[in-house]
Amino acid sequence: MIIDCPVCGPRHLAEFSYGGEASRTLVAMENTDREDWSTYVFARQNPRGPHEEHWQHSGGCRSWLQVRRDVTTHRIEAVRLIGPFAGETGS
Amino acid sequence: MLGEYSALRLLKEGLTGNRGWKMAWRKPEPKPAYDVIIVGGGGHGLATAYYLAKLHGITNVAVLEKGWLGSGNIGRNTTIVRSNYLLPENNRFYEHSMKLWEGLSRDLNYNVMFSQRGVLNLAHTPEQMDAHAVRGNSMRLNGIDAELLGREEVAKLCPGIDMSMDARFPVHGGLLQPRAGTARHDAVAWGYARGADRLGVDIIENCEVLGFRRDGAGRINAVETTRGEIKAGKIGVAVAGNSSVVLLQAGLNNLPIESHVLQAFVSEGLKPLIHTVVTFGAAHLYVSQSDKGGLVYGGDIDGYNSYAQRGNLPVVHNVHGLLASLFPNTRRLKLLRSWGGIMDMTMDGSPIITKSPIDGLYVNAGWCYGGFKATPASGWCFAWTIARDEPHDLNAAFTLDRFQRGHMIDETGHGPTPALH
Repeated sequence: MIIDCPVCGPRHLAEFSYGGEASRTLVAMENTDREDWSTYVFARQNPRGPHEEHWQHSGGCRSWLQVRRDVTTHRIEAVRLIGPFAGETGS
Repeated sequence: MLGEYSALRLLKEGLTGNRGWKMAWRKPEPKPAYDVIIVGGGGHGLATAYYLAKLHGITNVAVLEKGWLGSGNIGRNTTIVRSNYLLPENNRFYEHSMKLWEGLSRDLNYNVMFSQRGVLNLAHTPEQMDAHAVRGNSMRLNGIDAELLGREEVAKLCPGIDMSMDARFPVHGGLLQPRAGTARHDAVAWGYARGADRLGVDIIENCEVLGFRRDGAGRINAVETTRGEIKAGKIGVAVAGNSSVVLLQAGLNNLPIESHVLQAFVSEGLKPLIHTVVTFGAAHLYVSQSDKGGLVYGGDIDGYNSYAQRGNLPVVHNVHGLLASLFPNTRRLKLLRSWGGIMDMTMDGSPIITKSPIDGLYVNAGWCYGGFKATPASGWCFAWTIARDEPHDLNAAFTLDRFQRGHMIDETGHGPTPALH
């Protein structure tokens, strides 16, 4: 698997660390609902097909990326930079 | 009636041209309705059907399998059977499984080639020896066999291991479970299938579940399949890596499960080299030698969500590096085969065997790496839960809502990051 890092270009899977499902959104800190928090921490959609997920280029520029990858074929459909430099480089 | 398997029968068939053997299980057409339907014709589903019929008298049962029987993880593992856990919930459950394994070939009249050759977990630091002592004591307190071995004993038991003190991770000792070992994985599926079939269970292959039907009260009462609608009083789902997909069709979403690919490897055949199952303690590697002579081994999951039954090269590289480090004499060994299976990784590394929040639906999932050794107890407990509508003591802790209640069973203490379990 090769991930096309928007900063560094196409790099081997071994340079990246997996950050899990990207569809989860952090619960507001003032929210103390047990169900909301347990859903955020433990629940996963785990679809069979296209999957939005986070990766970090930990062996390269250390940027966090959001990747859309088909988990039945390992085919990567889109990669974009997230965090403070989102949108500044590449796609 | 299908014939018994025995030495006498083998002799008789051998002398008469082997013309008397029958198919081990029928290929029935699905009936319009069953008392219980089990979705998933792998080890756990077949074992569930077998114990439902044998121990609970429920014989009007169908097992629906989308492919051919045993085409999933039951045929895609490294065949290790052990009960060397730390936490009491896991220890009791897996020890029950071990006891079922010990009588399984006789119970099924089918040789599952269960070989109690021992599982040896190596320790590479004094601290790891302490951790093994704690785990061994926990096992012994639960009535499970465990022996702490020193360096000399490990060297004697496993002559191929690099025992030099200037190894990258020198071996300090290990924890041995002598009753643990390996079994022939396909035979487990075939044995349970034959056993269930003989008790009246219909095993329906090439029958994929496409959806679930509910009655007016919201109770699940039928499945839509590629071979038509089939009604059922109760439906149990045991589909391992596809749990999130199948249970979403039933209306259960947001499960505490991620599907990951785990690779396994077989080398070319060798003369006897490794007499037990050995696990490397400094990184993740487990290796045994099959009866055909090939080394059977695996390591970590690839570490990202996957439904592809194949993995990527970093894990291949890593696992072979570990094998060569532990057994330097395997360095020029050729890899014969490799494959991947889809693991239903839970957020605490422990399984789920429970009634679901939906009436009529029962869930058996979340087996992480450990599904094969659990096969007998998983079927045994799932059958109990379905038949009696309540869990047995052995699976009472393996609920779906334990995450929300804060009652995780986290053997390794890694938290809700499945790739680390």
